[in-house]
Amino acid sequence: MKTSLDGLIDESVTIIREVAAEFERPVLLFSGGKDSVVMLHLAVRAFAPARIPFPVMHIDTGHNFSEVIEFRDRCVAEMGVQLIVGSVQASIDSGKVADVSGPRASRNPLQTVTLLDSIAEHRFDAVFGGARRDEERARAKERVYSHRDSFGQWDPKNQRPELWGIYNGRHRQGEHFRIFPLSNWTELDIWTFIGEYNIDLPSIYYAHTRPIFRRDNMLMAVTDFLPPDEGSVVEQMEVRFRTVGDATCTAAVESSASTVADIIAETAVARVTERGATRADDRMSEAGMEDRKRTGYF
Amino acid sequence: MERLRFATVGSVDDGKSTLIGRLLYDSKSIFEDQLEHIEAVSKRRGDDYVDLSLLTDGLRAEREQGITIDVAYRYFATPKRSFIIADCPGHIQYTRNMITGASNVDLAIVLIDARTGVIEQTRRHSLLVSLLGVPHLVICVNKMDLVGYDQEVFSNIRAEFEEFASRLDLQDVTFLPISALAGDNCVTRSTNMPWFEGPTLLHHLENVYTASDDNRIDTRFPVQFVIRPQRADFPDYRGYAGRVAGGVFRVGDEVMVLPSGLTSTITGIDSPIGPVVEATPGQAVTVLLADDLSITRGDMICRPNNRPRVSQELEAMLCWMDDTAPLQPGKIYSIKHTTKVARTKINEVLYRLNISTLSRETGVNQLTMNEIGRVTLHTTAPLLFDDYHQNRTTGCFIIVDEETGQTAGAGMLLSPRT
Repeated sequence: MKTSLDGLIDESVTIIREVAAEFERPVLLFSGGKDSVVMLHLAVRAFAPARIPFPVMHIDTGHNFSEVIEFRDRCVAEMGVQLIVGSVQASIDSGKVADVSGPRASRNPLQTVTLLDSIAEHRFDAVFGGARRDEERARAKERVYSHRDSFGQWDPKNQRPELWGIYNGRHRQGEHFRIFPLSNWTELDIWTFIGEYNIDLPSIYYAHTRPIFRRDNMLMAVTDFLPPDEGSVVEQMEVRFRTVGDATCTAAVESSASTVADIIAETAVARVTERGATRADDRMSEAGMEDRKRTGYF
Repeated sequence: MERLRFATVGSVDDGKSTLIGRLLYDSKSIFEDQLEHIEAVSKRRGDDYVDLSLLTDGLRAEREQGITIDVAYRYFATPKRSFIIADCPGHIQYTRNMITGASNVDLAIVLIDARTGVIEQTRRHSLLVSLLGVPHLVICVNKMDLVGYDQEVFSNIRAEFEEFASRLDLQDVTFLPISALAGDNCVTRSTNMPWFEGPTLLHHLENVYTASDDNRIDTRFPVQFVIRPQRADFPDYRGYAGRVAGGVFRVGDEVMVLPSGLTSTITGIDSPIGPVVEATPGQAVTVLLADDLSITRGDMICRPNNRPRVSQELEAMLCWMDDTAPLQPGKIYSIKHTTKVARTKINEVLYRLNISTLSRETGVNQLTMNEIGRVTLHTTAPLLFDDYHQNRTTGCFIIVDEETGQTAGAGMLLSPRT
């Protein structure tokens, strides 16, 4: 039976195969978050019954939810893919970046250095990311094949035209491409896929009860890396995560949605975007994402 | 539920951003945090009203200059259909970006200001829609509220457009009188124009029939990737992965592989969601054949009695997109067509198309950024292709500058002039 996802799946699978055919050393960024899980599943389907002809990589801030790291390792083992971990802690230990401190500190921005170093170290020339254009307005402007110069920089004013279904991955030594096979998927499409194909996710995407404190109208989870702010009240709340990132800058939403169907129903009537609801990093400035992307962020 | 991709073409002055804002807002697809954000920015800038273009103008440079520079993609859904909007800039200096956004859409919306009627920009946008072979065009005569919702204004603009459009290759044109600002005929029917009996814009978008737009006759399957599992449990599996570019492939079909000309039979078709018995245009599948043939990326699977053209000498409409260097006949470029990459030289610019007047300007020997011309070219390897108007996928190509890697040109293959 044809569903609304068919065209999206066909497009994504075609992009993934095209990269495998044209680039020498692709890698797929895999954080255990729902978008990267869907992307990995599509990659498996693109090459079945052969194995995925490239490894996956996680840039680990060291401040991740333990449920997500456990899921990541289990998922990779089940699918038989090679996992490379780029460690922000290692970048800090080697003196490449300074760790952050203070009450609002997050290692999220430090990931760019570790990401670019890992790309250089392994000489990757194509890096799959699970970003979607509906997430954020700078991403709405980005190509599927997004060129990065030898400094890892994105130049939004000088993007290559991308016509029909023809992708241009020509690059010089030391440059690379970020590839976004899920560009045209929406949050609802992702959940529809997860439901239709029974995709396993980290448990924290579903409603659960945990200690929470409030910061700037966001619900932050108390973890080993994020003690409650001074003076804030810690409550046991029923929440879930709409996005899963670094625990210090990813907020939860109040929810009792415990199944995919519940989440789809909730997403269909959501009045706030997923990043707007839950990402402290995007609230820094009007062009927060554009600025970070310019210097090489995901 | 189907998905419709459409492009909106125009500038802020035409009310394009207002129209998109209206569609998103009235279909409840704008989120509160997005609205709060643009309200705050509009207020800080001292605007009199909430500037809905801030929703789509995502880059810092665009917000600073108040213009749309690059294509933005927006998504919304109604219970009937999901939509992908490619919001394209209208200004002539961003022609390449408009072509980028409109190259693979099912439908294009061109806005006309009811007060000014058909202007040079309307002609230019319609020509590009025609050249790109976009199957459906909607002409929205906007700002009807500013002309007293006058039927005669609408009829005159329609007649004026039809006269001009008779010189173009437009298959399906729909005219709608609307006011994006006031909401007339966008999502809900206007009570101000009882004389208009057609649909609202959203109703049209939800119902426009696109199922016959694909070429389901000419069977074309460019081989993208050969799948050979190095696994003990699949010792003999050899599959040819790709996306169907035309026609319908069924298990049991006799097929021919080009350029070798060898024939075989389809024994199986695998798709991302499991085995299927047939594959239609747009589907990404893996084809299995009865015989062990030598097939590589860039080959094409078709039917013995329905083959694409095969040639190294080609003729095309070419839009030049490189702002750093003009098209130079005789220079070697890289060309990418379906899954094949070759090298090419442009022999000659036959004429340059004046995209505002439709006149053909001869005696030019180069094309600069945003210029479109009819050219002849030859390639280092034969292309397996169709006329662009028969098949958009096997009829299009891009030209890449080998030095800078820039996508320098976009071409549509045509039958040689007789």
